[in-house]
Parts: sequence; C-alpha cells; structure tokens
Amino acid sequence: MKEGFRQSMAWLHTWSGLVVGWILFAVFVTGTLSYFRPEISQWMRPELRDMQPHPQAAASAIAALQQRAPDSPRWFIRLPDAREPIVRVTWRDPNATGPRRFQNAVLDPATGAEVKARDTRGGDFFYRFHFELSMKPIWGRWVVGCCAMFMLIAIVTGVITHKKIFKDFFTFRPKKGQRSWLDAHNVVGVLALPYHVMITYSGLVTLMFMYMPWGVQANYGQNRAAFFDQALGVSAETPLANRPGALTNIEPLLLTAQRHWDGANPSLITVHNPADANSRIEMRRDNSDRLAHSSQSVVFAGTTGELLAAAGEPMPATRTRDVVYGLHMANFSSSPLRWLFALSGLAGILMIASGLVLWSVKRAPERVKLGRVPFGQRLVEVLNIGVIAGLPITIAVFFHANRLLPIGLAERPTWEVRAFFAAWLLSFVVPLIRPAKAAWKAQFLAAATLFGALPVVNALTTDAHLGVTLASRNWVYAGFDLTCLGIAALLGLIAWHASRTSATQRKPARNKAETPANLPAEAERA
Amino acid sequence: MAAAILGGYALTALATMALAMNLPMSRAEASMAATLLSFPIYTCAMIWVFATRTAKRAWLGIGASAVVLMALIGLQRLVAA
Repeated sequence: MKEGFRQSMAWLHTWSGLVVGWILFAVFVTGTLSYFRPEISQWMRPELRDMQPHPQAAASAIAALQQRAPDSPRWFIRLPDAREPIVRVTWRDPNATGPRRFQNAVLDPATGAEVKARDTRGGDFFYRFHFELSMKPIWGRWVVGCCAMFMLIAIVTGVITHKKIFKDFFTFRPKKGQRSWLDAHNVVGVLALPYHVMITYSGLVTLMFMYMPWGVQANYGQNRAAFFDQALGVSAETPLANRPGALTNIEPLLLTAQRHWDGANPSLITVHNPADANSRIEMRRDNSDRLAHSSQSVVFAGTTGELLAAAGEPMPATRTRDVVYGLHMANFSSSPLRWLFALSGLAGILMIASGLVLWSVKRAPERVKLGRVPFGQRLVEVLNIGVIAGLPITIAVFFHANRLLPIGLAERPTWEVRAFFAAWLLSFVVPLIRPAKAAWKAQFLAAATLFGALPVVNALTTDAHLGVTLASRNWVYAGFDLTCLGIAALLGLIAWHASRTSATQRKPARNKAETPANLPAEAERA
Repeated sequence: MAAAILGGYALTALATMALAMNLPMSRAEASMAATLLSFPIYTCAMIWVFATRTAKRAWLGIGASAVVLMALIGLQRLVAA
C-alpha cells in the first residue's frame, strides 16, 4: 500500500479477485443456467412434453385441490405460461411438520389431473445453488453476498487500474502466453462491463434487506413486518372465521385482476384457509411483460369474490428496487434478449476463468526459477482445474443422472444432487494425480463428451428427443438438446486449445524476452 | 484488510441508517432508498481505505466519519423523541 493509487487498486483487484474467484465462477455458471430455469425444469421432466397452457387452468387446479387437500390452511397455484406450460400446486399439509409439511404436484392445465412426472429438482437446483451454494440457506446467502461485494469492488478497481480501457477493448494478441490471457480477461471484462456491474449490484439488491438491514432497522426497529407491509405490499395473515365456507368461482376474479394490471395475467394464486368462511384469494401479477419485478397483488374474499385490497403502483424508490431486482431475474425478456443476457453471463464466466488462470500464468516464471511448484501455486492450480474444468462435467453428470437413474428410485432428486457433487469431487482428484496440462485437457474433453452424449442418452431413454421435438417444433426440449451440442462443441474447442496453448505457458523464457519491450506497465497488475 | 471489510461495513451501516432517517421521503421509501445506496457506499469506503497510505490513517478516517454519522443519527433520534 506504499505505492500509488493505481498500484494499490491493482493489488486489491488481484487478491479480492483470487479469493472469491472460484465461488464466483460457480455462481456465474449456475446463474447463467438459471436464466433458463423453466426450460431446464421442463427438460428434466420429459413426461411433460406435450403440455399446453389452458384458460381453465386456475379453475381445474382449485377443483383438484378441493379433492386432495380440502382442510389445508394454504394452497399455492402457479399458473401455466408459455415457458412452463404446466400448473404447479403446493399446499400446506395440516397434519405434518418439518420439511414434509409442504406437498407438491404437477397438474395438467386442461384437466387438473396430476401428471406423473419423474421427481427432480430441475432448474431449481441451479437457481438455489446460485445464491445458497447448497449450504444452509443463511450461510450460503452470506457467502455469496460477500463474494458479490468483492466482485463489485474487483470490477470498480479493475476499471481504475485499467488506463487504456477503450483501446484495450480492441486489443487481442493471441498466442502470446500471459499477454493473451490479460487481453482476453480485459476484452470479456470490458465488453460486458455494463452487464457485470448491473448483475453484481442487482444481485446484492435481491437480498439487500438481509445484507444491509440497518436502513429498515433505523426507521422501524424490530417491527420489520410493518416495513414490508408498507413498501412491498406483502399482506398479513387473516384470522379464521371457524365456520365452513365455499369458494366462489375463480374466473371473474381473474378478469378483475387483469383489469387492475393493464391486462397482465396473474401468475401465482394463493388461497388462504380455502374451506373457511373467511378465506382469502390472493393473486400475484405476472412480471414477464415488464422490467419491474414486484410482488403486486390483489386480494379477494374467498366466498364472495369481493375485492378487498389491490396494491397500486409502488413509490419511486420501491419501484427502483423492483426494476433492479427485475433486471437480475430477467423474467421480462423475450427469447433473443434472454440469450443476450446468457451470452453476457458467459462473458462473465470467461472473465473470471481467465482472471484465475492469469494469476497462475503470471507466476510461471517464478516456478521455473524455483525449479518446483510452491504449495500456494499448486493449490490455485488444482482449484482452477477442479472448478473451471470440473463444473461443466458435474452439470452434465447431473443431467445424465436425471435420465439414467431408475424412475422409481426413492429420493431420486437427492441422488441427482449426489451425482453432481460426486462428479465434482472427482474433478479435484484428477488434477491432484495428473500434471496440470493433462488434467485441463482430460477434464474439458470429458465435459465435451458428456454434453455431446446428452441428446443421445435422451433419445435412448425418453420420447422427448430431437427426432420428435424438432418435428413438432417443441423448442423447449429441442432447444435444450441443441444447446447441449453447442456447449459440447465449445468445450471440445477449449480442450483442443488447452492441449496446444499450455505449451506457450511452459515456455516462460519466450514471454520473458518480450516483457521489457512489449508489456506496458499495467500488465504488472496481474 | 480488517479496516476495509469490517470498518467499511460498520461505516456503511451507519451511513445507511443516517440516510434512512434523513432522506426527505416517507419512512418506507427512505429505508428503501438508503438500502439501495448502501452497496455503492460500501464500495467507495473500501476503495478509499485501500487508497490511503497507512492503516492508521484508514482507521482514523473511518472513525471520524463514524462519529459524524452517529451524531447525525443521535440528533434525529432527539428530534423525533
């Protein structure tokens, strides 16, 4: 910290980046996958191939729940939309406690009949992992939040460190070892810079009341519920009448809700105390037509259908939060825009990966001078290979497990997750017993093969394969298989490249010779 | 490092509280706006700590700002009471 401002920023950038880089890599990969959460969930339940949204979906779901869970205190009905054309119902089991107290079912939108689909966590696994890392939620969220804060700082300091931000945007000098890694890191970093800033900040905002509770604390003290009630319009509990009551017809209520929202559809219906005279039907607005992700809702009396409360448009600061939140979730976007988000996410993945590799490459001359690999460098190397080249393997294994595990297996979703982590563990063993270059190549090759094999395994085990889905233009299923092939090609390319270019890393003498003349001072920052 | 991470967080928490109590908006809106601003504030605090020449100066700066913010919060509490 004795040198100039830029040097201290460079130091901060390097070390804050390295410390959280591996977690951020996993967070970025699973976050990018989460843009396609409904599509992944669909693909992982091939039995749902031919489902279609239906105007009667809400009414038939309520009828089905009246059959299955008449005395439940709460029903949740997620209505079908174009991306996930099924009805998902969840209800609270009054007789159970613990994690078993919520029951789920997938319903056919047209009939309300339960669809027997394989049990899986689907895209929700990646979504939860993205901000909880499969840890205890509270711990995972804090870890990811700290990493996100580091990322925000790494981005800002990265920009400060970077003198020639505009020029370097057009600069890529391939096959020059360390120089190329730095160029690559700069290009993907700067290219998607607005996205990186947005996604990191908005990610913090999604959980901001947990990370930074003091603003609410200052004005509300312990009465946090009052704040959420005022700002977000989250409704409070309603008391029971303790008399039986029958639910009114849902159809007119849906129309009333739509009128309140300029024609937008309800996406989630919550029925409180459905069998009681004092029941409530709460509808939440679907946000797929706008940027803001708010929990705008209307509440009806369940027996009479009387409109009891309707949240208006939120106030400016709340609306700002809703838009920032919505930008992170990206539920608003059309398909091309969602892919643009995903590509920006990929740029983020590449930025983190190249930054991590750069740390190692930069220290290659030191390794040669010492004639051995210091422990710290070896650790970074193993972690780099296990995370960067390992995670693609584990994701592919997760999807393979979904297709290959016996359908009737008890706790099938848990076994899919176990397969995921077992594969990841193995990805750390390979770089421990093999030299770095061979391990990089082997892991990327394995990942490419596994992704390439997914459409084949899918064809062998289900009726939702490319032969069927392409012909019927079922883009959710066909898109998944085609994307797997694309990812396989990309990983194959990386594997092929890894087997060639690490050779330049191994010849630090060449890089060294170039250093004095060609490397500008800012290369020092790595 | 400790000055930056913990001191920065404490300072940010105080700044968020002060903002939430003093922004000219409704209580809910002020809390919301202050919380949204807290992350940029934290970032600036961290960068400032790392840009200062010595750890002593960093702690001094954080301490001085914290005292000012606490005075602001205390004053507001007095006015409100």
